[in-house]
Amino acid sequence: MQYLVSVLSDSADLATPDEQSAISVFDDRLRAEGHWVFAGGLAAPDAATVVDNRGAEAMVTDGPYLESKEFLVGFWIIEAPDLDVALALAAEGSRACHRKVEVRPFR
Amino acid sequence: MTTDDVPAAITRAHHEEWARVVATLTKRFGDLDLAEESAAEAFATAVERWASAGVPPNPGAWLTTTATRKAIDRIRREHRRDDKQREARMIHDDQPDVAGPIDDDRLRLIFTCCHPALAMESRVALTLRMVGGLTVPEIARAFLVRETAMGQRITRAKTKIKAARIPYRVPSAEDLPARVGGVLAVLFLVFNEGYLATGPDPVRHDLTAEAIRLTRLIRTLLPDDGEVAGLLALMLLTEARRTARVSAAGDLVPLDEQDRGAWDAALVAEGHGLVRERLATGVAPGRYQLLAAINAVHTSARDMRDTDWSQVVALYDQLVRVDPSPVVALNRAIAVAELDGPEVALSAVDRLEVGLANYHAFHATRADLLRRLGRAREAGAAYDRAIELAGNTAEIAHLTRRRDRLG
Repeated sequence: MQYLVSVLSDSADLATPDEQSAISVFDDRLRAEGHWVFAGGLAAPDAATVVDNRGAEAMVTDGPYLESKEFLVGFWIIEAPDLDVALALAAEGSRACHRKVEVRPFR
Repeated sequence: MTTDDVPAAITRAHHEEWARVVATLTKRFGDLDLAEESAAEAFATAVERWASAGVPPNPGAWLTTTATRKAIDRIRREHRRDDKQREARMIHDDQPDVAGPIDDDRLRLIFTCCHPALAMESRVALTLRMVGGLTVPEIARAFLVRETAMGQRITRAKTKIKAARIPYRVPSAEDLPARVGGVLAVLFLVFNEGYLATGPDPVRHDLTAEAIRLTRLIRTLLPDDGEVAGLLALMLLTEARRTARVSAAGDLVPLDEQDRGAWDAALVAEGHGLVRERLATGVAPGRYQLLAAINAVHTSARDMRDTDWSQVVALYDQLVRVDPSPVVALNRAIAVAELDGPEVALSAVDRLEVGLANYHAFHATRADLLRRLGRAREAGAAYDRAIELAGNTAEIAHLTRRRDRLG
């Protein structure tokens, strides 16, 4: 079972050196214990572009789909047998990156 | 057994076997929905079949077998309809079975229904449906919610359990105390909703009885847990005073005016037994055990004056250390009034205003203390504010009576 662990913040500031090293330790653990699927940090929402090609031609709009106070700044995709394991890992991830995270299962 | 006994046998089987049947089927088929629907079908079949063929010698086994057959029928029907959909409905239990002394399917069911990833109101509804066996209309009525809304709440919770794969198992030893605490919070909420009901009925006996029944079940499953015993004792000692607590006219009767002869002696004795049992272990008591001990002191006294108030205050001092909430401090102040007088208590209560300005009991307590100090005008204003904020009809009637007596 895979879960998306979204990292949420109200600031697009990069992780501090301390946070970065804690994230590395956590990532290594995910790999060592077989939970690692993928992870990444995102550029600020200002850098986003929305594309809608449902109509006759592709509409391109500058900026994020939704303007909100808190937004996605990064994510992990983890492999876990159930929600208890996913939540325990997410708690460690949140501590490592010092940001709030949301856990959501893939279908 | 004659057919006259069938309704009673069904009721008893429902109380004793519902959770076991749902839990066994959930374990076997990995699907809460299927377990719930098949258990309901089996009980419906029992109503018909037992009336004509008589009550089977082992009703529990009969119900489990019948429910299992119903579940297999359902799976076959759905299998033909949509293989994939059924696959998506499965909740898995891939963990190796670590059958400890507390491993029981019903316990797994309770922990799943009270999982912290579910909203509190969903945990309450799901526990009453899956473990308690209450119907959706019954739960909706108990919480004054529309039936469709309650149905959706339960469906949403079940969908999340499947989609997010909330596990069907007893938590690890390391997580157990916190998770048991979560289960007890659900049961205490059900009990309080019955005891201090919002809405037209001052006491909802069906809810207090259900909370006690489920807490008894947890106690049989976790007999060594002090807080489980504490919560059960607290509920029993509170329930024992139920009939004395509301007058014939529907007013709340405060502790000092209650007819102590009307208390249920058997419940009091059982509650005292549990409190003594916990004291004998010498293990530091948690919140529920302390609340139970306070209630044990109250229910040991022949009358209000006979109450060992210094003991009550000492227990509240312990409770404040475990739970430093202003509500606990308010209740401590009420005991302090009996020990050191209303003046000392009032100054303690006044310090709590910031946190409790919108809590009716804060104003009701102030009103009583002001009344005892002869400050009628201020007491009247405090009663007015308490009446404005109170939600329970018996409590409003009692506060109004006190206010009108101020003269």
